[in-house]
Amino acid sequence: MTTARIPVLPCGVRLHFDKVRGKNVLLAPERTLFLDDTGHAILSEVDGKRAIVEIARHLAALYNAPEDAIARDINEFVDDLAEKRVLEFADA
Amino acid sequence: MRDAPAVPPPIAMLAELTHRCPLSCPYCSNPVELIARQRELDTATWIDVFRQAADMGVLQVHISGGEPASRRDLVELVKGARDAGLYVNLITSGVGLTDARLVELDAAGVDHVQLSLQGITATTADWIGDYRGAFNRKMAVADKIAEIGFALTLNAVMHRHNLDDLPEMIEMAKRLGARRIEVACVQFQGWALKNRAMLQPTREQVDTAKRVVARAREENRGTLVFDFVPPDYYADYPKACMGGWGSIGLNITPDGRVLPCHAAETIPSLTFQSVADASLRDIWYHGAAFAAYRGTDWMPDLCKSCDRRDVDFGGCRCQAMAVAGDAAAADPVCRKSPHRHLVDATLATEVQPIGDASFRYRKL
Repeated sequence: MTTARIPVLPCGVRLHFDKVRGKNVLLAPERTLFLDDTGHAILSEVDGKRAIVEIARHLAALYNAPEDAIARDINEFVDDLAEKRVLEFADA
Repeated sequence: MRDAPAVPPPIAMLAELTHRCPLSCPYCSNPVELIARQRELDTATWIDVFRQAADMGVLQVHISGGEPASRRDLVELVKGARDAGLYVNLITSGVGLTDARLVELDAAGVDHVQLSLQGITATTADWIGDYRGAFNRKMAVADKIAEIGFALTLNAVMHRHNLDDLPEMIEMAKRLGARRIEVACVQFQGWALKNRAMLQPTREQVDTAKRVVARAREENRGTLVFDFVPPDYYADYPKACMGGWGSIGLNITPDGRVLPCHAAETIPSLTFQSVADASLRDIWYHGAAFAAYRGTDWMPDLCKSCDRRDVDFGGCRCQAMAVAGDAAAADPVCRKSPHRHLVDATLATEVQPIGDASFRYRKL
């Protein structure tokens, strides 16, 4: 658990709202990832400035949910995206 | 009226802006009958096609050719595609791109560059592309791509003459800062089919390549993503060609014909509509060529009853046409196909040591 990490979407990766399907998607090199509400909520907060812990605190307040559990979800989610090379971590 | 609500909208579109290219690779995916410049769609028509595509649900456009940089209006077309709301992949050999144009393409909104690689030395790469100086030019372009900071995929096109260089190609992808490498073994359609005996790798090469990719994938986890397209003649089951005919993507030829895949014109029973005849939406949902092999109705019983029916969708229709002479047959590379012996016979007779034979390079 390294919630001090600062996630960032690198160039060539961006969020997009797909009007035709009514879904949020992450567009990336040779990949189109359709996002669920949780994934979209997390990525909407990824700005290359705030660490996972800060994003977790924000989302915990917003959705009235336990911060620990949210931080775990975020860690798992961003690790998966990082392995796919569609998310990176900024130098703290 | 057949409205087919079950047909999903397409996700990706391959826009072959032109068939012109400085290279003459003997495995070019363009058709054997190339389209001349005079017949290419104009700027406004392409931009209208991009808008139609985005409006019907296409999310990514792959701007390709030939060499897309051969179009003088490339920057304008990229901007048009981005303005339409599409994610823009630029598929290029790099040859023909200048530093100034790369800067313009970045400003116009190219999201991702896929740079092809013919070999790791000038000797091999220039021989494959039949263009002296191509490799050095490409390396200069690759440096500029890295400097600008484009998301980069290296597309290593592999065959008997360069498959042994795979480790060095992977090293090159890392050196250039690529996030992805496509180890794309040549698939035998069109020009590649004409050169199959020169290009087909040996089984030993394929086995080694699989081990190299598996090891490199582990070693580079989190830094370099691998997309491996093996030579399917050596496979037990066919590739899931196009993710199923008419289900994910479509292809626009330089003169505006709308195809279910880039090689679909090798199937003589099909006729193709043009963007001049009908809307893209109408062609996708109601076009006869798209309906021909969509879903499972067209399948032989062998495929219909197979537990891999929804895994590989019966494989590649163009390969069934090329090898079995019947586009509605199971893909002949499948172990269960009654035509598999044709593939085995080809492997037994065609894969010879590298001798004096020469390529039949692509040309107009």
